[in-house]
Amino acid sequence: MERSGREYEAELARGLMAGEAGAFDRFVGYFGGKIFHYSRLMCGHREDAEEVAQETLLKVFESAEQLREPERVKSWIFRIARNECLMKRRKSVFAPVHELSLDELMPARTGDGDEMRMEIADWRSLPDARTLQSEMRQQLEAAIRALPEAYRSVLLLRDVEELSTEETGQILDLTGDVVRTRLHRARLAVRRSLDAYLRGASETAGRSNG
Amino acid sequence: MGNRHQHSEACAEVFAQLSRYIDLDLPPETCREIEAHIAGCEPCVEFTESLRKTVELCRNYAPEELPDPISQEARKRLARAYERLLAARKADAASRRSPSDL
Repeated sequence: MERSGREYEAELARGLMAGEAGAFDRFVGYFGGKIFHYSRLMCGHREDAEEVAQETLLKVFESAEQLREPERVKSWIFRIARNECLMKRRKSVFAPVHELSLDELMPARTGDGDEMRMEIADWRSLPDARTLQSEMRQQLEAAIRALPEAYRSVLLLRDVEELSTEETGQILDLTGDVVRTRLHRARLAVRRSLDAYLRGASETAGRSNG
Repeated sequence: MGNRHQHSEACAEVFAQLSRYIDLDLPPETCREIEAHIAGCEPCVEFTESLRKTVELCRNYAPEELPDPISQEARKRLARAYERLLAARKADAASRRSPSDL
């Protein structure tokens, strides 16, 4: 989307509040899809994600009077969606946060001292992100799903939905520093999964060529 | 692919701050320090690129097909809620009008 997503979203909110023709369908189509996508990766169940999308939009229409700043419509909607996801969560809400440590996310190293080697795949072979192939997309989705929930929610809001650190903190009730720390570790964990996949793929290609 | 790499404290510091570096969320001086280190450290160049590409993949990530998650029945419920919202806004606007406006 060349025009900023933020401008488009604010326009959708203004159109909705003004009762413009077609505004309801555009709003439901756009945000319904986004909430479904987010909650499917958060809840893990398609049925739950559909319910989250429906319940979130219902709450939006029931309390849209609160929507005084159309520019903030997305973070407001995602805050509602996040709470709906929490209510669907099948595990205990008191489950402790599984911490990812920086050490475990460092690339595998072999050797000691001056002769240490760092294992990194050849990422230059990866096609442009916009022409992402189906298999790589599945790997990315699997890597996101494998993240502990506390990290997954931050990565989805910051990198997939491109909300700011401040907005993400407000949605998840976290300080900016915690958002930054979790985002970094979530990215490192996704990077590590994709790196392992790319190394595996190049080994397979090497074997079939050799 | 393995890389000869002199693992140092500097690499670990870069590693810890890489997301903020990619997001341009660091003071200029810290950015310059990181750039100075990366310039002379091939594994850190590769690692930075791999993390940058990971972020790019996430930003471009969308499911292959997005079936309409809102059923016809749910859509009707939402449409009714929307009609109530518009009606309430109309009534609110009317009540705010002063007699001189009428």
